[in-house]
Amino acid sequence: MSTVTGITVHVPRDSAAVAVGANEVAFALEAECARRGIALNLVRNGSRGMFWLEPLVEVATAEGRVAYGPVTPEDVPALLDAGMLAGSPHALCHGQTDLIPYLAKQQRLTFARVGVIDPLSIADYEAHEGYAGLRAALAMPSDAIVQQVLGSGLRGRGGAAFPTGIKWATVASAQADQKYVVCNADEGDSGTFSDRMTMEGDPFMLIEGMTIAGLAVGATRGYVYIRSEYPDAVATMIEAVRRATAAGYLGGDILGSGRAFHLDIRKAAGAYVCGEETAMLESLEGKRGIVRAKPPLPAIEGLFGQPTVINNVISFASVPVIISRGANQYREHGMGRSRGTLPMQLAGNIKHGGLVEVAFGVTLRELMVDFGGGSASGRPIKAVQVGGPLGAYVPESQWDIPMDYEAYAAVGAVLGHGGIVVHDDTADMSKLARYAMEFCAIESCGKCTPCRIGSTRGVEVIDRIMAPPSTKHNKPQQVQLLRDLCDTMVHGSLCAMGGMTPFPVLSALNHYPQDFGIAAPDREAA
Amino acid sequence: MCPSPTDVTQAVLASHADEPGALLPILHDVQDALGFIPREVVSQIADGLNLSRAEVHGVVTYYHHFRSEAPGRTVVQVCRAEACQAMGADALMAHAEHTLGCKTHGGHGSTSADGRFTLNPVYCLGLCALSPAVVVNDKLLARMTPARFDRVIGQLAEPA
Repeated sequence: MSTVTGITVHVPRDSAAVAVGANEVAFALEAECARRGIALNLVRNGSRGMFWLEPLVEVATAEGRVAYGPVTPEDVPALLDAGMLAGSPHALCHGQTDLIPYLAKQQRLTFARVGVIDPLSIADYEAHEGYAGLRAALAMPSDAIVQQVLGSGLRGRGGAAFPTGIKWATVASAQADQKYVVCNADEGDSGTFSDRMTMEGDPFMLIEGMTIAGLAVGATRGYVYIRSEYPDAVATMIEAVRRATAAGYLGGDILGSGRAFHLDIRKAAGAYVCGEETAMLESLEGKRGIVRAKPPLPAIEGLFGQPTVINNVISFASVPVIISRGANQYREHGMGRSRGTLPMQLAGNIKHGGLVEVAFGVTLRELMVDFGGGSASGRPIKAVQVGGPLGAYVPESQWDIPMDYEAYAAVGAVLGHGGIVVHDDTADMSKLARYAMEFCAIESCGKCTPCRIGSTRGVEVIDRIMAPPSTKHNKPQQVQLLRDLCDTMVHGSLCAMGGMTPFPVLSALNHYPQDFGIAAPDREAA
Repeated sequence: MCPSPTDVTQAVLASHADEPGALLPILHDVQDALGFIPREVVSQIADGLNLSRAEVHGVVTYYHHFRSEAPGRTVVQVCRAEACQAMGADALMAHAEHTLGCKTHGGHGSTSADGRFTLNPVYCLGLCALSPAVVVNDKLLARMTPARFDRVIGQLAEPA
């Protein structure tokens, strides 16, 4: 390690921490320490994912890192007076970071380094198991890499949960002069931020995972497609690619192996539907992000018509640890056919919002109560949307179902990308159902009729259901019309945009009929 | 001395000359330099990439991020997505519309009559554990309240 003078203090550079003042805290610390003649080694790390404590300042001590938060610039002089730099107690002190129950209870495999290391330091990354997976992969035949990923049971973390190894095997067996690896970092679901935290907090992990994918399937070029709403993630990834290339981890001759992998960062432009993989390919090709009909699968004819591996950020980021520690160790986590861990994201009206990486099998109640501490408002929790804007609202009767792809599918819900948006009892479920249809109308790519037209008709029908009783609309008829419309959208849409928008709508209608002015629940049509 | 939109676009096109599927990166660079994508450069980009003007226009208008008109001097985005709704985003949006003199409708924003502000809805900024979230120019701000919003807007330095 290079020589470090002064006391090491971590202040996150994660954009959520910055959005609540982390930069101002960092400046205040530097200024106040300079004024007092204290040598400071300031590290801008990723976030630990305990957002209610951000900006979270951590001080390195002989006993480990000690956490203080949430810190404001005005707190800095008093914190220094209290001996923060020696890890001394203070009202904002939470003791050793690793012992905070929220973190201590997690099983961080993918997020092991996020918040711990300096995101753009390759030396720091290597010192924390970084690039162990790539070094192992370079010594393996490519089909052995695919076998490890297959054996791990890893399924796509973007939401569709398709087995990653099968996708890779398909691309590996395809014959083409040029194959591609594309990372879908168009994390548009409300309530999700694990991709953003990964790219901002541990970018080399994603680069390593994609490089291993390239070795496994015989692809020499890759793209990361990052949403434009994440400018900090874009900037961090561009710099990380530059540094990885300079260090020989990317480029024409990876670590002297003679193998090549080139990576480009592409910025999206604010279209939710580009999170759908074929729309994303169109966008990468410089076109409107219109969904393609499948088949052909992207694994056969993907980017520029060539065989293409497409995975989410967390899927790629899970690969290095699978290769370095072995598939079996990864598969030991989880339940049923959902193996490994899922970084859940607690969001919305929740007291302790943040990132919770745990094995599949945890329940929503454990996440919201044990980790989340209940609602932020202190009012009772009414509804929880799991899996983004296309995910169902999960009522209290289902909060004890283990979080597992199959168990959720059995009740008409989805885990998706692991986003959990909590609403308290002031939420009006008819408004949220209307919003789901409105969002679909705004974001539909327009290619198929059920999605393009159905979403607008959906808004109108919900408006008629909610119209005052004096109007001439027959409510039971309108409710039936909404159910019929949802049925058409589910079965007739080209992709999940139109095909899953009915999930939040129907779950709101079925589980919260009183919000639609309906007395008796009608459970048949869901 | 400001280079003309045509010169800017020419330089951008040259810098992406060998890149496959480069239309989005080109449009980003043009908008970053000019603030929007003026009508007159659409045909220039089309010529440069051997596309039709309709194809380039289609891409510019398809994506929410790209603008065909000059924005107000301050661009404000308020997140309307579910996590922020659960923490009062609807009221915050109404407050922002009133304060800035802008109207939003669905996915569309508008610019105030005096050209000071553009207000746009945005659908998730990835700050969902610290809702509600807004962007003022390029600065992300979370745990926003109407009172803090007014302070942030009040502190903006108006160019002379």
